[in-house]
Amino acid sequence: MTQIRLTTPLSTEDVEKLRIGQRVSLNGTIYTGRDAAHKRLVELIAQGKELPFNPDGQVIYYVGPTPAKPGRVIGSAGPTTSYRMDSYAPELYKLGLKASIGKGRRSEGVINALKENKGVYFAAVGGAAALISRSIKACKVIAYPDLGAEAIHELVVEDFPVIVVNDTLGGDLYDEGIKIYAVK
Amino acid sequence: MVWILLFLLNRKVVATIQQGGGTKIKTVNTTAITEAVARMSQEANFYLGQDVLEGFQKALDTEISATGKGILQQLLENAAIASDEQVPMCQDTGYAVIFVELGQDVRIEGGDFYEAIHAGVRKGYTEGYLRKSIVSHPLERKNTGDNTPAVIHTKIVPGDKLRIVIAPKGGGSENMSKIMMLKPADGIEGVRKFVVDSIRLAGPNPCPPIVVGVGIGGTFEKCAQLAKEALLRELGEKSKDPMIAQLEEELFEEINKLGIGPQGLGGKTTALAVNIEIYAAHIASLPVAVNINCHAARHKETVF
Repeated sequence: MTQIRLTTPLSTEDVEKLRIGQRVSLNGTIYTGRDAAHKRLVELIAQGKELPFNPDGQVIYYVGPTPAKPGRVIGSAGPTTSYRMDSYAPELYKLGLKASIGKGRRSEGVINALKENKGVYFAAVGGAAALISRSIKACKVIAYPDLGAEAIHELVVEDFPVIVVNDTLGGDLYDEGIKIYAVK
Repeated sequence: MVWILLFLLNRKVVATIQQGGGTKIKTVNTTAITEAVARMSQEANFYLGQDVLEGFQKALDTEISATGKGILQQLLENAAIASDEQVPMCQDTGYAVIFVELGQDVRIEGGDFYEAIHAGVRKGYTEGYLRKSIVSHPLERKNTGDNTPAVIHTKIVPGDKLRIVIAPKGGGSENMSKIMMLKPADGIEGVRKFVVDSIRLAGPNPCPPIVVGVGIGGTFEKCAQLAKEALLRELGEKSKDPMIAQLEEELFEEINKLGIGPQGLGGKTTALAVNIEIYAAHIASLPVAVNINCHAARHKETVF
C-alpha cells in the first residue's frame, strides 16, 4: 500500500487531501500531550494566555513515554486512548492544530471540529511502543516537567507510521472496518 | 484484666501449634520477596509470554484483513525488540496488580509483608526505566513517582508455599471493563449479551486483539475479582467446567464476528481468548463482570 509522506508543520492543503485508511509517514517536529497537559493548555486558552507552543499547523501525539534508558533518546512510546482528550481537543483544532495521533474512537464533537477547522486524526499502533520509539530521533521536555511522563515533550520524528482514522470530510475508519468485516 | 487473659490465651494457642509437631513451617524473608517482585515487574514488561506470541502467530494464519495482518506482524516485531533490548513492550507499564497465595505453613520474617511487595514495585519500576503511572489520590491526581502502591490480592491456602504473581495492568483496557448485576431470569443469554455488548462498545479502545476476562456469580466485588483472575490463565487453557468451557468457545466466536479486528481497524481477530471464572451466587443475583486485557497480556510468577 502506498504511503503519503508529510513533513510538519502541516498546511490545510496537506490534510485536506487525506482520506480515511491512508497510511502516512510523518516527519519533523511533533508535540506530546495527555490528559493532565491538555487540562492545563485549555485553562491557558480560557484565560487568554500564551501556550507553551503555538498549535497552528502542528501535530499532538497522545503519549506518555517510559523513561529513556541511558544512551537513548526516549523510552517506549506508543499511543494512549484518545477519547480522554475529546473534551479538550476542539479548542486546539480551533487554534490551527492540524492533527492528533492516538488510538481509539473520537467523539462527535472532535469529528465536527475536524470538519470545521480542517484537521485530521491519526491512529498509531497501540502497544507497538518499542517499535514506534525507533521513529523518534530527538526528545526534550518543553513544558510541565512536574507531570513526569505526562509533560509536554517536543519530538523530532522520521518516518513515523500512522493511519488516517478521521478525515476533514467526517469519515471514520473504525466504522468502515466493522462494516467490511462484521459477520451477521 | 480481661485483655491480659486474652493475650495469654493467644500466646498459648500459638505455642500449642508450634508444639504440635509434624507441621513444617517455611520461613521467607521480606528481602527475597522485594527482590522477586522487582525482577518480575521488569520481566513482565520486557518479555511477552510464549502463549501470547503463539496467539499472534495463529491469528496471522486466520486473519483476512491485510491491515490486520500488518498489525499482528508489527506486534510480533515489537515483542522481539522489547525482549532483545530489554525495553517495555508498551509505554503503559501498568498498575502493578499482585496476586499472592500464602501457604498457611509459611512464616514471613524481616518486616511488613505488604511493604516488601510495594518496595519491590518501587525498585523494579525505577531500576527498569518503567513508567510511573500511579497518582496517590484519584481526585487530586499527584503522581507517586515510583508506581506504588501495588494492588495486592491475598489468599491463604494449605501448604508451605508462597506464590506471587504480578500482572501489570494497562489503563486503556482497564477503562473498558464493566460489571452488571443481572437478574437470575436473564440467564445465560443475558450473560452472553452483556459480554458481547461490552466488547462491541469498547471497540478499538482497549488495543485489540484482547483477552476477555469474565466473572459470573459471587457478590459485586467477588465478581469483578473473578473477571480479573480469569485474565491470568495461559491462552488456550479452558475452564474445567464443561458448560462454561462451551460458553467460552461460543463467546470467542461471537466476539470475533464483530469485525472490530486488530486495533479496531477491521478484521477477524478481536479476541485472542475468552476466559470465564465462576462462583456461587445469591438466589436473587446473577452478577457478571468483564475485565479486558490488551494484547500485552503480561504476567510472571515466583513460587517460594
